[in-house]
Amino acid sequence: MKITFDWLQDHLKTNLKEKHLLKQLTNIGLEVESVDSLSSDNKAFKIAKIVKTEKHPNADRLKVCDVDVGEKEFKKVVCGAANARKGLITIYAPPGATIPKTKTKLVVAKIRDVTSYGMLCSESELNLSDESDGITELSTKFEKSIGKNFFAKSKSNLIDLSITPNRPDCLGFRGIARDLAASGFGKLLELKEKKIKSITKQTLKIKIIKEKNQGCTAFGSCLITNVKNTESPQWLKNKLISVGQKPISAIVDITNYVMLDINRPLHAYDADKIEKSIIVRNSNPGEKFTALDNKDYKLEKNMCVISDQKGVLGLGGIIGGIRSGTELDTKNILLESAYFEPRSIRNTSKKLNLDTDAKFRFERGIDPLSIKAGLNKAASLIKEICGGKISKIDVQKIETHKTQIVKFDTNLFEKISGFKISVKEMIKILEDLGFKCKKEKKYLKLTVPSWRPDISQEIDIVEELVRISGFDKIKIIPPIKERTKPTLTQTQKMFHFLQRAIASKGYLEAITWSFTDSNYNDYFKQTKKEIKIINPISSELGVLRSSIFSNLIMYMSKNLDRGFRDLSIFEIGPVFFGSSPGEQTTVVCGLSSGKKSRLSWIDKERDVDVFDVKRDVVQTLIEAGYNSDKFFIDDDTPNYYHPGKSGRIFLNKDKDQVAAYFGEIHPNILKKIDIKIDTLIGFEIFLEHLKFSKKTLNDQKSKFTTSDFQKSERDFAFIVNKDVKAQDLINAISGVDQKLISNIKVFDVYEGENIPDNQKSIAINLTIQSLEKTLNDSDLEKINKLIIETVENKTGAKIRS
Amino acid sequence: MSDLKKIRDEFISKLKGKLDLSEINQIKSDLFGKSGLVSSQFKKIGTIVESERKKFASDLNVIKDELQDLINSKINEVKNAEINKKLDREKIDITLPERPFVRGKIHPVSQTIDEISSIFSEIGFSVEEGPDVENEYNNFTALNTPDNHPARDMHDTFYLDEKKQKLLRTHTSPVQIRTMLKDKPPFKIIAPGRTYRSDSDQTHAPMFHQVEGLHIDKNINMGHLKGCLNHLIKEFFEVDKIKMRFRPSHFPFTEPSAEVDIGYEMKDGKIIIGEGDQWLEILGCGMVHPNVLKNVKVDPIKFQGYAFGIGIDRLAMLKYGINDLRAFFDCDYRWLNHFGFDPLDVPTNYRGLSR
Repeated sequence: MKITFDWLQDHLKTNLKEKHLLKQLTNIGLEVESVDSLSSDNKAFKIAKIVKTEKHPNADRLKVCDVDVGEKEFKKVVCGAANARKGLITIYAPPGATIPKTKTKLVVAKIRDVTSYGMLCSESELNLSDESDGITELSTKFEKSIGKNFFAKSKSNLIDLSITPNRPDCLGFRGIARDLAASGFGKLLELKEKKIKSITKQTLKIKIIKEKNQGCTAFGSCLITNVKNTESPQWLKNKLISVGQKPISAIVDITNYVMLDINRPLHAYDADKIEKSIIVRNSNPGEKFTALDNKDYKLEKNMCVISDQKGVLGLGGIIGGIRSGTELDTKNILLESAYFEPRSIRNTSKKLNLDTDAKFRFERGIDPLSIKAGLNKAASLIKEICGGKISKIDVQKIETHKTQIVKFDTNLFEKISGFKISVKEMIKILEDLGFKCKKEKKYLKLTVPSWRPDISQEIDIVEELVRISGFDKIKIIPPIKERTKPTLTQTQKMFHFLQRAIASKGYLEAITWSFTDSNYNDYFKQTKKEIKIINPISSELGVLRSSIFSNLIMYMSKNLDRGFRDLSIFEIGPVFFGSSPGEQTTVVCGLSSGKKSRLSWIDKERDVDVFDVKRDVVQTLIEAGYNSDKFFIDDDTPNYYHPGKSGRIFLNKDKDQVAAYFGEIHPNILKKIDIKIDTLIGFEIFLEHLKFSKKTLNDQKSKFTTSDFQKSERDFAFIVNKDVKAQDLINAISGVDQKLISNIKVFDVYEGENIPDNQKSIAINLTIQSLEKTLNDSDLEKINKLIIETVENKTGAKIRS
Repeated sequence: MSDLKKIRDEFISKLKGKLDLSEINQIKSDLFGKSGLVSSQFKKIGTIVESERKKFASDLNVIKDELQDLINSKINEVKNAEINKKLDREKIDITLPERPFVRGKIHPVSQTIDEISSIFSEIGFSVEEGPDVENEYNNFTALNTPDNHPARDMHDTFYLDEKKQKLLRTHTSPVQIRTMLKDKPPFKIIAPGRTYRSDSDQTHAPMFHQVEGLHIDKNINMGHLKGCLNHLIKEFFEVDKIKMRFRPSHFPFTEPSAEVDIGYEMKDGKIIIGEGDQWLEILGCGMVHPNVLKNVKVDPIKFQGYAFGIGIDRLAMLKYGINDLRAFFDCDYRWLNHFGFDPLDVPTNYRGLSR
């Protein structure tokens, strides 16, 4: 809502200054979004006429215009607007002027070798509207004003307020003034309502059809005959321009003025174009009409239309139609002032994707008792400016407004706000806001003003009282530093732990969208359902991600393009397997690419490999408190991993849930998405699959024991079939005697010469130490034998002699 | 001159010369070997006349000690010289780079969430979570935002079905609903997480982060709300003084509702929080609407309290001087490395939030 202090003073008597106003508006919840000081530059913008246009010699799209700005000589202006044409009356900004929208200062400039003196402005550049297509078109009525200032001299700035959706009453100057007055900022002036004194009957028949979902409950109107539609008088034009509206013609300007002044939307019909009578009804599916925005609309059922015998004239409370619109030669007017249900307005405008000023107001709730006031005010102004004869007001209703009563327990105020005000003060504030108050023992019986659809219960009254008395009165009660519950759950602790554990291994944490490109997602979603977003911001972000890989790979690729080849990134966040709440899991997903020790003078450069990433994952799980002796690893992995170079980790041999996958990303995927990279190794850790012990980490630890008896290290080399896993050997060995055998290490794997085909040699080092005694040679020999026997029996291995 | 003196003088002068280890050892054996000069003198002690024997033995011991000490110190000297020579040969260019290492980083949003959690932990809040996909009821209706409420327009919502029943949550407030439905009052929680709106330009991203706060108990009023947020802002920005302004606003799920601005000024292109007379909106809050409490079966006569919602990304931008929201999610190596935090920098109460 754009306002000026000047206009506000039509309703408010105050000695305070604009800077106080700005502060007070914000203090009472009418937030000041911006203040534009148009005034200093206003004088620059002139009403002007294009007297000649020529094609620019060096540019197809540009024109060179001779512009009459009321001076002796015409100004040469280069203009790119398609609608710049001879005879057009528009708005001219001379060099030195600052364009309100862009805040750029104009200079005399050569545009493709032709000097341009100033600029012809679009409505959007002047903040008059969002219209940026072409330059402003003023009606021929402005012919006599050529050379005059377009903007009226204005003492006050343009203040843009952000009005919350619960306050339709503050979409008019009257409502804002009332709030300000209640808060002590001046006195609300009485409305000088000019009642229509007419004896002529309103002869056009109006009927609201009583039907289900009828969106109109009251329709007030009057006829004004024999008017002469004209240019608005200067005061009215000035008012509209001061709040950024473009004057059009007196009748339109007057309805706009009344709407802005008291938030009462009106609509003026050319009465001669209405076929017999007005019928307010629900639309029939497929009905069509052309609206004032020059667009054709096809209606669905149950949209509230104003129609006549011939068909739809307009959408009630949203937009009028071309067929019955007023024009300069309109003689007889039907002025409408109606009440439309917010719900109906909203449904219709949503379905048709139509947003208008009237719609914005009606959907928030217009004062149902302002029908007559609006007609009185507008009709008298029309008569004053355009002449004519006004009929009596006719109001058709199918529902009467029910006054809202709230019984307010005055104690609630302090209970909620934490501070006190007297009941007398409460009554003063509420009465200033338009409530009627009656004291009843503990309660105040409050009659809610008809312009406040947002108030229906006690808490609403508390809000009014806190708001108007000032939020600065609320005392600060410092919080108590006491913790009764743990801050984080076990899962949350694990989330944080994994996040930092992975980062500490050289991975940069990324946060990417929870949605992704379905083309990328397809590579990683496996059998999971694709979850489409109905209204994505772009098709590349059209589905919820089934895996974090799709986004990470995309961004990895972007970083490669930036020249960063050796990179590890990870993200911890949700992936989705269904479109219902909760059908998501938390995954820590990482990618590592490029080389280790690239261009190092000391270390040998090599590709990042699976065992680098395996280390990161295993180390992280160990750090997170899991016992690596219990891990079980195999190579059954999803198809987006390299089938031969990937693995999955279970935390124990029961293999109930996969704790993590790791491995090379499948080369086919890299080829398809055309990422210029040799190796890309990834991993996924599944937070929800990590089991938590009921015991704390501390309780899980066994008693601390060490042995100082002599230990001895032994090496073994086994020859096994190629498909035997190192893990099988290690498991077999550790199963021999866990008390004696520790530190089992694979220190060599060898295939080739001296080893039969399809076999390999695995060399293992281990430590034998007893907690009870120093082992003698025969003890050691016994264990050696046992180890060899067990491994050979369990894995089919042969000790290498 | 006695034999002893002769031996002494001869060998001391020998030992003063330049010798290597084997030469010294040779001297050592010449003197103290089985038939060494000094050893032989000791053997002679018995043959000395008794009157002179004591003096002879004593003189011999003095000479023995003197020569032994000299030999030992000579050996040390030579060994040291050898070590020094070796060290000299081994000298390397220590300015050559260390072995390569990589450094991971924590995203500023994660760091900010941890900072906020740490602050709220101290005053007794625990952390709750909710799903990213929500139903229409939890995201809107239960929060007193019925269908056809214009307030829904302020949330450009991503929907997952044509009936618009499933959506990506537009705020973290549905966690309020889930928490209150699940448990019994009192409630004292924060809920950080991802939120989504179909809005994308320089200052809006289709995904961003919020932290929800909810404190419901028997007598929690707006003073507690003010106190809590005052504490949060002071702690978060790690400043003693904070200028904070509560300004009436409207959210369907709180009443009275407020927006909170903090004072700032610009110095050399940087935002200084807590000074100056510019205001910056950072959060929305209010007393939980009785309708919301009724929707989650909490008796609004007995229980009341406040809720708030803060943009985490915005807080991170302010605290760490990041000026482009879109960059948070762009995954640019240079950006992550520049604005990221060392994983060891865990915000805690005792060591403070940041270094």
